[in-house]
Amino acid sequence: MNETAAPPLLIDIRNVAKSYRRGGQIVPVLTDITLEVRKGDFLGLMGPSGSGKSTLLNLIAGIDKPDAGEILFDGVDITRLSETELADWRAGTVGFIFQFYNLIPVLTAFENVELPLTLTRLTRRERREHVEAALELVGLSDRMTHYPSELSGGQQQRVAIARAIIADPRLIVADEPTGDLDRHSAEEVLTLMDRLNTDLGKTIVMVTHDRRAADQAHAIMYLDKGELSTAADVHERSLR
Amino acid sequence: MQFLKLVLRNALRHRLRTVLTLLGLVVAILSFGLLQTVVDAWYAGAAGAAPTRLVTRNAVSLVFHLPLSYRDQIRAVDGVRAVSHATWFAGIYQDPKNFFPQFAIEPRTYFAMYPEYLVIPEEFTAFLRDRKGAVIGRKIADTYHLTVGDALPLRGTIYQGTWEFTVRAIYDGIDTKTDTSQMFFHWEYLNETMKKRAGRQTDQVGVYLVDVTDIDRVAEVSRAIDALFKNSLAETLTETERAFQIGFVKQTEALVIAIRIVSYVVIVIILAVMANTMAMTARERLSEYATLKVLGFSPGYVAALIVGESVAIAVIGAAAGITLTFPVADWFAAKVGTIFPVFEVSGETVVLQIVCAIGVGMIAAAVPGRRAATVKIVEGLRTVG
Repeated sequence: MNETAAPPLLIDIRNVAKSYRRGGQIVPVLTDITLEVRKGDFLGLMGPSGSGKSTLLNLIAGIDKPDAGEILFDGVDITRLSETELADWRAGTVGFIFQFYNLIPVLTAFENVELPLTLTRLTRRERREHVEAALELVGLSDRMTHYPSELSGGQQQRVAIARAIIADPRLIVADEPTGDLDRHSAEEVLTLMDRLNTDLGKTIVMVTHDRRAADQAHAIMYLDKGELSTAADVHERSLR
Repeated sequence: MQFLKLVLRNALRHRLRTVLTLLGLVVAILSFGLLQTVVDAWYAGAAGAAPTRLVTRNAVSLVFHLPLSYRDQIRAVDGVRAVSHATWFAGIYQDPKNFFPQFAIEPRTYFAMYPEYLVIPEEFTAFLRDRKGAVIGRKIADTYHLTVGDALPLRGTIYQGTWEFTVRAIYDGIDTKTDTSQMFFHWEYLNETMKKRAGRQTDQVGVYLVDVTDIDRVAEVSRAIDALFKNSLAETLTETERAFQIGFVKQTEALVIAIRIVSYVVIVIILAVMANTMAMTARERLSEYATLKVLGFSPGYVAALIVGESVAIAVIGAAAGITLTFPVADWFAAKVGTIFPVFEVSGETVVLQIVCAIGVGMIAAAVPGRRAATVKIVEGLRTVG
């Protein structure tokens, strides 16, 4: 067996804790989580409802902050960034795929995908080229002028995937991406995500309840009662 | 571009809700404009007053007249350029609701002092030649369909009996703010008739109108005139024409204040309606705003989307309301006839309408805009629109 150098570390989560206040009580959600994700990994996070999967995903994606610990992304501790810095960081670094697609209903598929690019300095023409390429990639070139309400669930999720990759992010986070889809659409979406990982080299962290979805990942980690119950070797699984 | 697209499409998202809000705005802005115009109309006489014209009246009350003999004494006061006089007649034309002011005047001096009343010279000459002749304003002529040569009988209330006049001239205003709802006739006719009838109320005039040579001497001339008649049987009170007119308005000031308050209450009501609409709108879209923030849009951008939508609706409503104000004001002016001498939507009213509309748009969006901007992304994503 050939020895291959491990891909560099992209996300280094150290002793992260997070709790929420509910009705005057503090409810711990994550306790002392330590996790490493390397470039090109496809990590599945599984666990029962309320186990803290989405909370961990939100912390990794920089849309929430931990109570304690560090989250180093490519060496930068994102927990120390201000809200404005985090917004800029997210815009350039992270692509998001949500369970319910979270498309803007008054914008067409094209405009939804174009949205993140309006924050860049790209010209209108360059934006158009990028959007067309992204929609081509997800197989929706013929649905560019359609509004979300005119698309099926699977098609909406593919538009959301196109939006997630349009700014060429280094990390894609997906929160139950197949949770609202039928089996056929779910398979299409998972195939697409696999292509993003294998063909485009995107690092993906995916939260899911769906065992079939988790099987697409190179590594699966289980969260239960705020703790990572199994620390699988992500890199070793990815080499298999 | 993307911002404007989002603002406009969001504004049209719930068409019925937007249309109903717009309807409310149109009615509010229209009502506000009309009520402000009513207030302006109340002050129209004062607004049209010349700064160098004084009014000298009986110090006790307007009800009491002044002797004709004062005329020459006032004319002799240093700083006085010209003197004329006018006497309130209070006649009824056909029906008491057909109100318009009538004054018995000294024609040559009066019209010389009021260059804003434009009379065709030939008609004016005809008026001078006819002792029973009258000059009426264009608004009277239009309202009661009178033309030169028509008979104009008035039933006197102060000066009893039927008074026969013939319209000899119709005057126009030098601008739209000039009062053309007045009727003027010869004081000589009134005085001689009263002499024949009873011998009382003769050689008396209602007020003296005094033209001062220099605006800086207005106060000095006023004092000098009143000093002339101090301790006489008919002491005088001299004030600027503007102060004189405002004195009339003051008598009904409570009503004017009430109208003004109502006009702003209308705006406050529509502000509450608009704020409710925007609060509902923002609450429904909280997850979309959270998504935008996830994608990297700033909280300020999200707040601007809500404020922009609110202001866009307000501006559209204001545009429609202001556009409607003019024809509705014209219709109203025609309906009330000569009750309001000048009923015109002023530039200031339009500016106030615009300011109120934009203010309503911005204030209504302030709280929902702040909420959308400050809500945590995680909380926003959890909400269901």
